[in-house]
Amino acid sequence: MALEALKCKECGTTYPLEARYVCEDCFGPLEVAYDFSGLDAAETRRKIQAGPQSIWRYSDFLPFESQPRTALAAGVTPLLRADRLAERLGLGEVWVKNDAANPTHSFKDRVVTVALAKARELGYQVVACASTGNLANAVAAHAAAAGLESYVFVPADLEEQKILATGVYGTNLVAVDGNYDDVNRLCTELAGEREWAFVNVNFRPYYSEGSKTVAFEIAEQLGWELPDRIVVPIASGSLITKIARGFDEWREVGLVAGELPKFNGAQAEGCSPVAQAYEAGRDFCAPVKPETIAKSLAIGNPADGPYALDLARRTGGGIDAVTDDEIRTGIKLLAETTGIFTETAGGVTTATLAKLAERGEIGRDERVVVVITGEGLKTLDAVRGSFETIDVDPTTESFADAVGVGAAA
Amino acid sequence: MSVTVKIPTQLRSVTGGEAETAVDEATTVGEVLDGLYDRFDGLRDRIAEDGGLRRFVNVYVGGEDIRFLDGLDTAVDDGDEVTILPAVAGGC
Repeated sequence: MALEALKCKECGTTYPLEARYVCEDCFGPLEVAYDFSGLDAAETRRKIQAGPQSIWRYSDFLPFESQPRTALAAGVTPLLRADRLAERLGLGEVWVKNDAANPTHSFKDRVVTVALAKARELGYQVVACASTGNLANAVAAHAAAAGLESYVFVPADLEEQKILATGVYGTNLVAVDGNYDDVNRLCTELAGEREWAFVNVNFRPYYSEGSKTVAFEIAEQLGWELPDRIVVPIASGSLITKIARGFDEWREVGLVAGELPKFNGAQAEGCSPVAQAYEAGRDFCAPVKPETIAKSLAIGNPADGPYALDLARRTGGGIDAVTDDEIRTGIKLLAETTGIFTETAGGVTTATLAKLAERGEIGRDERVVVVITGEGLKTLDAVRGSFETIDVDPTTESFADAVGVGAAA
Repeated sequence: MSVTVKIPTQLRSVTGGEAETAVDEATTVGEVLDGLYDRFDGLRDRIAEDGGLRRFVNVYVGGEDIRFLDGLDTAVDDGDEVTILPAVAGGC
């Protein structure tokens, strides 16, 4: 089996595969290390194709000795060719990975299902998380399905839709008077005090592995090929770095060939510590106080910021920030050209794609994938007032008055 | 004049298991940390490099990240609480 140890990304120190996330020598992040040398590409590909319609089809690349059984699946979301969006932006080939099509309508189902499977394996009875909303939905739902007790910590000013879509699952919902970074600090302290599985604190090395499955699905859905460029939203920077790791692992095993795609990160201007560091040529992120409608990306102190910066630079991509108005326009653009209604984070991603296209950075021969991470119904305020209804009486005359007389049938 | 320091689990192997300690006669966060380095062997190597903090170490005074204050020069008063935590948590 390929699973080896937890390994520090900074200094390489290894640790046993337990609930641990920080290197005791240098405080660097721990990551799951594998040995893929025993995997044969053709055999692995057959196994994946015969696997379940969920992220567990990629079990050989996830941190388990054998395929876990989980009550609520995740993944295998659509990858749609978005020709109308491409045409609108003057691009050649654009694909939308629609991760709103997960059980709780965001990519967080992937990471949570991995973290909870690990928590059960290690014997934890209570799961918890620090969340900007989507993670809260996912932890509450997957814990309910698995019969685990859960504590979900969110900033008190979160969108109402996300609060309601968390509480409904019967979790212990803790509204913290502070921003996400305050919530995160509290949970980091609590993780040291309680025997709970905090999915994105002490279980973070396992949790974040779930994000690799976005890369695996994209490559499989493109016919075992890599895109030329990928646009991904950045909050902590974990998703974008893990998508790269997923592509790298498949390149190593020989499931795909070619260079790593260009990685373009997308942030909201009101919370853009990574984009600012990119612009300034720094390799570290100065924390910021978030002020944006893209609350699911509102992490002012991004844990994986340095790795996201390195990835964007070495692949020839970049990291951009867009304004709240551009985010609203991005949501509309995606909806009007693809039929996909995304939340504010998807508005950030789509607006960043539009910005890159406008600047002429994307060649017409490029195959571009845009990663849409969440559902528009969770952030309805972002589109409120963005259009008008046609108000009529229930008569054909009233309708004709309102819209004009149409051509003869 | 005394400042309370909260030690994360990852550092308790060098603090003899202590989760909380007090530093007297320090006027800045930097002096608080120097006081800890004098007392606990090996602590400096784990969280500091090149005269500053390692990039995956967060330090808070009264819950506020010192990078929003004056960094290691942030003033501390009697009764303040300084918290050291790993930065590698949270997020998506």
